[in-house]
Amino acid sequence: MSSALLEVRQLCKSFGALRATDQVDLAVSEGETHAIIGPNGAGKTTLIGQLAGNLRPDSGSIHFSGEDVTRLATHKRSHRGLSRSFQITSVYRNFSALENVSLAIQAHRGHSFRFWKPARTERVLTDPALELLKKVNLETRADVLAANLAHGEQRQLEIAMALASRPRLLLLDEPVAGMGIEESQRMIGFLAGLKGSATMILVEHDMDAVFALADRISVLVYGRIIATGTPAEIRANAEVRRAYLGEDA
Amino acid sequence: MNLVLVAEQTLNGLQLGVMLFLMAAGLTLVFGIMNLVNLAHGSLYMVGAYLATYIFQATGSWALSILGGLGGTFIVGILTEVIALRTLYERDHLDQVLATFGLILFFNELVAILWGRTAIYSTIPQYLSGHVELGAGLRYPLYRMVIIGVGLAVAALLWYVVTRTRLGMLIRAGASNRTMVAALGVNIRLLYTIVFGFGAALAGLAGLLSGPVYAVQPGMGELILIQVFVVIVIGGIGSIRGALAGALIVGMVDTLGRAFLKPMLATIISPAAADTVGPSLASMLIYLLMAIVLAFRPAGLFPARG
Amino acid sequence: MPAPRTLVLFALLAVLAAVPPLAAAFNEPFYLDLFRRIMIFSIAALSLNLILGYGGMVSFGHAAYLGIGAYSVGILAFYDITSGWLQWPLAIGASAILAAAIGAVSIRTSGIYFIMITLAFTQMLYYFGISLEEFGGDDGMRLKAKSDFSGLIDLNDPTAFYYLVLALLVVLLWLVHRIVNSRFGRVIRAAHSNEARTRAIGLSPYPYRLAAFVIAGAICGLAGALLVNHTAYLTPDFMNWTRSGELMFMVILGGIATTSGPLLGAAALLLLEDWLQGSDLLPKDWVRDHWQLYLGLVLILVVVFAKRGLAGLFAGRHE
Repeated sequence: MSSALLEVRQLCKSFGALRATDQVDLAVSEGETHAIIGPNGAGKTTLIGQLAGNLRPDSGSIHFSGEDVTRLATHKRSHRGLSRSFQITSVYRNFSALENVSLAIQAHRGHSFRFWKPARTERVLTDPALELLKKVNLETRADVLAANLAHGEQRQLEIAMALASRPRLLLLDEPVAGMGIEESQRMIGFLAGLKGSATMILVEHDMDAVFALADRISVLVYGRIIATGTPAEIRANAEVRRAYLGEDA
Repeated sequence: MNLVLVAEQTLNGLQLGVMLFLMAAGLTLVFGIMNLVNLAHGSLYMVGAYLATYIFQATGSWALSILGGLGGTFIVGILTEVIALRTLYERDHLDQVLATFGLILFFNELVAILWGRTAIYSTIPQYLSGHVELGAGLRYPLYRMVIIGVGLAVAALLWYVVTRTRLGMLIRAGASNRTMVAALGVNIRLLYTIVFGFGAALAGLAGLLSGPVYAVQPGMGELILIQVFVVIVIGGIGSIRGALAGALIVGMVDTLGRAFLKPMLATIISPAAADTVGPSLASMLIYLLMAIVLAFRPAGLFPARG
Repeated sequence: MPAPRTLVLFALLAVLAAVPPLAAAFNEPFYLDLFRRIMIFSIAALSLNLILGYGGMVSFGHAAYLGIGAYSVGILAFYDITSGWLQWPLAIGASAILAAAIGAVSIRTSGIYFIMITLAFTQMLYYFGISLEEFGGDDGMRLKAKSDFSGLIDLNDPTAFYYLVLALLVVLLWLVHRIVNSRFGRVIRAAHSNEARTRAIGLSPYPYRLAAFVIAGAICGLAGALLVNHTAYLTPDFMNWTRSGELMFMVILGGIATTSGPLLGAAALLLLEDWLQGSDLLPKDWVRDHWQLYLGLVLILVVVFAKRGLAGLFAGRHE
């Protein structure tokens, strides 16, 4: 009897002749940090898309906490406890950082068919939002428009928004993408701090991040998972080295 | 309700469908490939009608009026694309709608300046007037048969170009993935201009064919344009096949509905009630049809993008 | 010190309030009429601004609700039901119901489809209006009697009617302002800004968009009731799609997603139209008889060059 929080079985997705996801099996336990790595074009984004709900698999299943969520709409997955951040920064550019997070909280706090009271004045939204911004070191930038934040700050904002729903599972699509060394280190440190309290699936290219954070790693090549195991096992795996880590294997 | 009447109305429906197809084909290509909402497509239809009518009145040669109408509309189309529409490709749909709406006002008034506001009637040359005996007592106007013939011929020609030629391949590729085509190094600007001119010529053809049948007046384009929108929504954006299917369906439903809904209703409800409700309902039929199709297929019947 | 935009808005409202006494002083009742018309269209434009400006829903069918509101009042008046207390709520309610029906079908689509579908449905209503022979069909008919509010206000008194419209305009401007800043308004704006992100945080745009569509339709229905009382004439032309285009222009000309935008846009467009048609400065044959040509050109130029509209001239922070 597995304690898997997320169970993916035989997931398949094709675009015409291209098999982007090819019979993928994945099991992530509660509290685990699981990294998915693979060369460009391996199908990582397609896989995340199916887990998050914006893509429908052709066949196979996704079970979250025992429930079949394979065809569940994206917004409903958020309410089941499945939250995601985007690879290409996807925040509300015309809203301030505080409003961004505040809205993410609003989605889970009461209903949004309120027409009268200005949302900006709702402490029940802005207080937790400020807390989250503090967590990601953005509280001094709370009133800055998201469009005017530095790239690294926007990535931090993404994480804050993903955390706003107090998720059970975080899908992080390349959280340190495009960040400089210092910023990456800080983000990695932050995510390390989340370990244990949140279950995370991390799609990443940055090997520092992967080996620092992951409990287990799955390697995705041409839509198929060719290996799953601990960082040490993966590092030693000959097939993986050949396919992914480079010719100097 | 006799069979001759039904057959006649069916042919009328086919004729309307074919005209709608000529308009829809150009419009859907422009939507599909250039992602451009062009409300002024109806204006091109109008330009075709006016040019052909004017040339026929001036020269008496139907052949010249056809060439003039087609060529003239093609040129007007290209000019409009180069001068006014190029800036809009990168803009969002709202901007395109509003700018092309301004173009409609401009063209309608331009035509009114040149030819006045009252409707002018273009005449059919002698050898095309008259009727064709189709057997079983059915006599159908020759000119309308010509329209049907031309329309189907153009449909076949389009089919050939789109499926069998290199240009057609670029068009189909562009309709389903614009960025990829550009990335492949194709001269996108030229392709766009050609496609637009092509679409304009088709609209002009529809216009010059329709002149003798419907009135030639400012604003004539907008009346048919809305129906063309319905065709494209039902058929699916970006696909010629969808345009044909949608056009025939809309043409048939509208024509047969207007002809037969009232008598049909009169068998169920009182003739007086049918008299009031019938025509109103008939004019709404194609929109109701559109709503139903959308309920099941939000992207239309044959969308180009899967 | 309130933001520049707010000052502009208050200034505009003050000017509007001053029109009746000024018009009386200069003996130009025409301006009372013109500005009342501007205000009525401002109401229609502000309702469209809610869904188009803030929500990004390019509804090309908004004039339909002008028509529904107008016909509700006109038809009831035809049957001698002239009480405004009955007519106007019906105008609002009928518009809301139709907006719900049209919205339910249309909002499931997006982009080009949405534009075309809303346009098509409006045309459908337009043709329906034309087919109503009893109420004038194509030509329309005179309004039998203006809405009656049991003596509380007499719509036959131009000044009283004017101030009623102004009061309604102020109330609605404020109402929409509150809606935009509420939780609901945030969702609408967010869904426009980034739909994928909105779903990701747990919100489905559809129900909110539908609600906004209904609210906008209802407000526009009220504008329709006002309009038919203003023109004293009922015509299917209220629902013509070119009217929808005009409304969209007012919104963009004034500046989308701003409070004063609709007012500025309505004023600018209607004043421009009036000037093009009537000004002695312009040659009759070349310009005034064919004013739509010039209007068309102006519209094209505005779209291509002046994206942020008039309110953008008074811009504070980036919107």
